[in-house]
Order: sequence, then C-alpha cells, then structure tokens
Amino acid sequence: MLIDVIIKLVLAGVVLFTVLNLAGIQTWMERKQSALMQDRVGANRAYFTLPWRWAAPINFLLRKLGGLGLLHPLADIIKLLTKEDFTPSTGNRFLHWLAPWLSVFFALVVFAAIPFGDHLELFGRTIPLQVAQLDAGLLYVLALASIGIYGVILAGMASGTNYSVLGGLRAASQMLAYEIALGVSLVGIILWYGTLDLQQIIRAQGGCFWGWIPAWGVFVQPLGCIIFMTAALAETKRIPFDLPEGEPEIIGYFVEYSGMKFGLFFLTDFVETILVAALTTVLFFGGWQIPWLAPNAFGPNLMALLGVLSFTIKVSCFLWLFMMIRWTLPRFRYDQLMRLGWKGLFPVSLANIGVTGLLRILVR
Amino acid sequence: MAATSRSASDELLHRIREAHKRRTMTWWERIYLPAIAQGLWVTSTHFWRNLFLHLAHRLGLFRDTPAAVTIQYPDEHRQTSPRLRTRHRLMQREDGTPRCVGCMLCETVCPAKCIYIVPAEHPDPDIEKYAKSFDLDLGKCVYCGYCVEVCPEDAIRMDTQRHDIAALSRDGMWLDIIELLHPGSKPPTAPPRKFIQLELEEFRALKQKLGPANEPSSQRSPSGPDAG
Repeated sequence: MLIDVIIKLVLAGVVLFTVLNLAGIQTWMERKQSALMQDRVGANRAYFTLPWRWAAPINFLLRKLGGLGLLHPLADIIKLLTKEDFTPSTGNRFLHWLAPWLSVFFALVVFAAIPFGDHLELFGRTIPLQVAQLDAGLLYVLALASIGIYGVILAGMASGTNYSVLGGLRAASQMLAYEIALGVSLVGIILWYGTLDLQQIIRAQGGCFWGWIPAWGVFVQPLGCIIFMTAALAETKRIPFDLPEGEPEIIGYFVEYSGMKFGLFFLTDFVETILVAALTTVLFFGGWQIPWLAPNAFGPNLMALLGVLSFTIKVSCFLWLFMMIRWTLPRFRYDQLMRLGWKGLFPVSLANIGVTGLLRILVR
Repeated sequence: MAATSRSASDELLHRIREAHKRRTMTWWERIYLPAIAQGLWVTSTHFWRNLFLHLAHRLGLFRDTPAAVTIQYPDEHRQTSPRLRTRHRLMQREDGTPRCVGCMLCETVCPAKCIYIVPAEHPDPDIEKYAKSFDLDLGKCVYCGYCVEVCPEDAIRMDTQRHDIAALSRDGMWLDIIELLHPGSKPPTAPPRKFIQLELEEFRALKQKLGPANEPSSQRSPSGPDAG
C-alpha cells in the first residue's frame, strides 16, 4: 500500500517536473522561434558569472547558455518575484489572490490523467505510466479543463475595475463558445473507440491501416482533429484567440495583476498549450505508440521508455506547430470569433458525429 | 423630391461607398484553412532557413549569408554614409600637433557657441598659431557642420562615425583636445578634462603614446560573438 502511494507520488513528481520545466522552456521557445521566423536573432543577453577562480568552466558554460538565451527564464522569474504584488483597493483581496491559483491548479491537475507511456515492469510490479488511471479519463480532462475558466472570470471580477471585468466577460463568452465545440468534436473519437479511458484509446491506435498508414485517430477523424485543435487553441487564449488577454491594446482580465500572480496566469497559458499538445497526441496521434514498430520488438521496459520518448517527440512537434500558429496569425475580430465558434465549428462537429456514427455502423 | 433624382455629389458618394464595400469571400476563403496553411508555409520557410544558417554558422559554414537581418548593435555597427555628420575630430600634422591654426573661424561661426579655443604662438614662422586648447561641448552642438565648412585648414572633420554619444551628466558630453585629436582615447566614464592646455611637445608625446589617428575610426566594427 505504502509502496503504491510512493510510486504514484514519484510519477506525479515526474509529470509535474516535466510540465513545469517544459513551460519554462516554452518561454525560451517563444522568444527564439519568433525571432527566427522574423529574421531576428532573439534573446541572447541575459547571463551571469560566478566571481571565483575555480568557477571558470561554469562561467564558460553560463556564457554559452546566455548566448543561446536559455538564462532568460531565470531572469524572468527573478523579475516577477521581486516586483510589487499589488491589489487594487476596489478589488476583493482574497479572490484576487485565489484567481491565479485556481487557473494554474486546474491546468496542472489535468495532467494526472494523461498517459505518457505504456507500463514498466519493475520488481514483479506493473507500473502504468499514468498518474491516475481513470475509466472516464476523457471526461475528467474536459471537466477540469473547463473549471480553469473560473480563475479567469474571478480574476476579472475580483480586480474591481471595468477593464478587467470586460476582459473576464470576453473570456467567459469565448470559453463557452469553444468549450462546446471542443466537447462535441471529441464525441467522434469516443464513438469510434467506444471508450473514455485514454489508455484504451491509445492502445486502440496501435498498428497500421493497410500495413503502412499508422492507425492514428487523425486518419479516422480528420475533421474532429482540426476542430479539436482549433477549439483547444481557443481555450489556451493564445494569439489567434487572445481576445481575453490582448496585452497591447484591449487589455484583459489580468490588467490589475503584477509580479508572480501575473506570472501564474502566464504560466497557465504555457501549461495549457502543453496540455493541448498532449491531448492532441493522445487522442489523434497515437499517444506513446511508435509507428511501424512491432509492439513486442524489444522488452516491455525498453518499449515503455521508447514510448515515452515517442510521446515527448510528438508533444514537442505540436508545441512547435502551436508556436508557429501563434506567431503567424493575427487576432480574430470579436464577431469573427463568435461566428467561427457558433456557426462554424459547432455545426460541423455535430455533423461529424452523425457521419462517424454512420461509418461506425457500416464499417464494424 | 430628393428621392427621385440624385445630385452629382450624391452619385459620387454612392460610387465611393460601393467601391469601399468588401468583396464577399468565397467558401474556400471563408474556411480559413488554406490561408492559414499559406501563412504557416511562409513563416516556416523563414524559420527553417534561419535555423539552418544559425547552426551552420556555429560550424563555420556559410558565414557570408546572414541568418538575421538585424544588426547586433553594441557588437556590430551599421556602416553609415561617409557624408553623415558624426562626432567631430581634429586632424593632426605628421608630428602629432594639431593642424588647427587657431583662426577662431569655427568658434565664431558656431551657431550653438559650443567651441572654445585658446590659440598660442607657433615657433615655426610658416605656421601662424596653434590651438593650445580646443574644447567642444557636444551637449550644445547642433551638428550643423558649419565648423567643418568654414575651416581653412581642413583641421576639423565630422567623420568619426561615432553617434553613440551618451553620458550621465552634461560634463560627460565635453570633448577636450586630446579626445578630439585621438577619438576614443578617453574612457566614457572618466571625468571631463575641461580647458586643458597643451604645449607642442606634449602633442608629440601624445602621438607617441596613442599612435597616429588621422584615419577616421569609422572602420570600428568589432565582429561580435555570433549570437545564435
């Protein structure tokens, strides 16, 4: 019993460590990738050196890392932590404090249900590489991801200023519109695989169609995949859909936030992007399945580790793609956003359910 | 009455409004996806090209093809036109003494009154005088270039290609004769040496110490570390 708890704690620690570090690396990616796309060089100035003589090799390394811009996240953290933590006098102090925590908590807790590998067999024990094995994992993911909206709305309301309330309202209506399309677009996947268990969904995506196309969800549900990615990107509130935030002009729900409380909202955005990438991988791109490799090519442990590697690579590819989208597209106008959500994605995802249901009956 | 016939101005207004109306988008345009794919194609070609070039630069390849269009400012300087009026310098004779003959024309013509000259007798009878002290207050200078135009001896020029003039106080913008003869010799944080007066021997000694400086220091473009 105690051993089980320890194993779960270790798994949770590994997931949390990876996700938070990935979020930090994403700030670096954001700077460097946008720079490369725009023919710039990007962040390359922040570095520090140690004053002692014996630290010369460390200093050499630090200079190199600084030249690559990898020490900028550190500078960010120092800046955010040392800034004044400000609550407006019109605001509610407790809710103002609570909002960013709600936001980041629900974004992080969703990762418990994401299976990032098959299972390890150690000391006669089978350790599934998933923090919480839930039969209704997909429902859990959708439910908790939606609760994260409360953080955003609370932030707008608790600040007690009109601009932030407006930002919170924009966020609420956008999230509502896209949450529906998000949920409905996944019904196709649930219909096809007949399960809500994410691990089962991944297992069903092993093997190949006609021997050469990997049996991934995207080839079964291409429309569902596109709708899911669009709606999920809207949920992350990043650029083509950043109406709730709009830092440069229409300033959103976090106007009244400074210091690390703002940093938490920022972190939430990055964590949510990782979440979307992980979900897209799990549901539509075979999760930890390695295409064109027999499932028992190596021993179970090696296969599991290779699976984790495969999962990480796929997630990284999606992070890259989402970053490309974020730095390529301009922001939607508000009416365009609503039209796309309610008149575009929602009916198409409904139609997708119908077509999938028909196909399911015809094929099996 | 107005409804039946349109006046010419109304007609014009109507046509302008019609012209400003947006073209209705086709179905293919309205689903956004082709346009998004097009945009992503453009940005990703830039991304992969620049990524490849940055990596290649690390390995010493394709050094001639820049991976970014920006100039890494403190490390690299943009080459400006030689005609651009940049910070002043005084020309030297071969022995390191100033070419200036202390005629006071530049001090007189200066609209900002930022030049201060103390002339002295020159031992050579062919040379009228020399500038014992030549100070220029960049905090006042308006970069009009009249001093260069008016100089009969071509003793002052504005071609150092230095425009990164910044100081923490007004005194920090003060150029004394040593700094004017040898641009860049004074460290930017050093206190100004206002109205210092030098003898001819001291100018010669300075040349021994700081080297000849008649070439404009415009070619200062230290190749900074290749920022990847």
